[in-house]
Amino acid sequence: MSKVNLNEIDNKYYDVLREIGNIGAGNATTALAQLLNMKLDMRVPKVELLEFNKLAETICGEEDIVVGIYLFLEGDINGSMMFMLEEQSSHILVNHLMGRDTTNMEPFNEMDFSALQEIGNIITGAYLSSLSGLTGLYINASVPYLTVDMAGAILSVPAIEFGKLGDRALLIETEFGDDIAINGYFILIPDMPSYDVILKSLGI
Amino acid sequence: MAEMIKVGMADLKVCPYPNAVTTLGLGSCVGIALYDPVTKVAGLAHIMLPDSTQIRNNENKAKFADTGILELVEQMVKAGANKSRLVAKIAGGAQMFAFQNANNSDMVRVGDRNVESTKRVLKTMNIRILSEDTGLNYGRTVEFYSETGDFVIKSVGKPIKTI
Repeated sequence: MSKVNLNEIDNKYYDVLREIGNIGAGNATTALAQLLNMKLDMRVPKVELLEFNKLAETICGEEDIVVGIYLFLEGDINGSMMFMLEEQSSHILVNHLMGRDTTNMEPFNEMDFSALQEIGNIITGAYLSSLSGLTGLYINASVPYLTVDMAGAILSVPAIEFGKLGDRALLIETEFGDDIAINGYFILIPDMPSYDVILKSLGI
Repeated sequence: MAEMIKVGMADLKVCPYPNAVTTLGLGSCVGIALYDPVTKVAGLAHIMLPDSTQIRNNENKAKFADTGILELVEQMVKAGANKSRLVAKIAGGAQMFAFQNANNSDMVRVGDRNVESTKRVLKTMNIRILSEDTGLNYGRTVEFYSETGDFVIKSVGKPIKTI
């Protein structure tokens, strides 16, 4: 029987999850800044436990186009993780990486998708390695799966995973920025036993 | 003036004539529109998971195909629909990511399983499915109009479809 119930999560667990989010997103920002060779600051991430019906509308509109990058986690922690980028932010990042005019908003082509996948790889990899370093746990990630569609539709995938456990999902919102704001969202979806593993590894 | 009623994820609403009802950005979830063509009472459920009996935490009826459809029918009957006249139109159940991981086959097929379960539940309740737009790999916004019985489906980069 798991100790953690997402519907009745207490402040202590919440603080820990927030801290994990903070450090992970910080590392991810550094990795992204190096990849793009640009200066990126990160605002303090917002961590929220949200009801499903508020998930998409908290992030943006349900019908807004976003890029979703999904991967499975294995090892001491099992589950999955998703990173979501707003369409405009994705264009800015891809343009930077491909050395194009940053205002270019043409639909993504095959090369752009590869670039986005690589960006996703690096961001989620940095996030997971900081989680792994913090907890001393071994975490192996699958290849990232990428899709571009309406936010509501993409969010249904992690929401369904959370739906098996309760009625809320844990969202970590990160705003990167310098002159331009880039909005990204992490959704970490450990399976139920993994919550205990994470918290135990941190001595809680 | 007819109103557009909004249904969220794991949610359901009755839609009295002449209103319309919508749910935005269906992914692997399934949108189930039920309709009594005589009284024009409509309803829409946005279910996330196939079966409430497989999940311990199942208080939210609208989250599951089995309990969600049952609850929607009950609420529609209270609003003046005749159960024996109800017909259904369904959409959603997409596979949003091209997962190929055999270890997660449960997750790979969640859209399909939602559709299968929806059909099974409707069949046991003798509710005929008039039309469907399910599966594939893209999100859908759906609107059901109680005035006409039209189920309008919008997807990114695709023409609007009425089923």
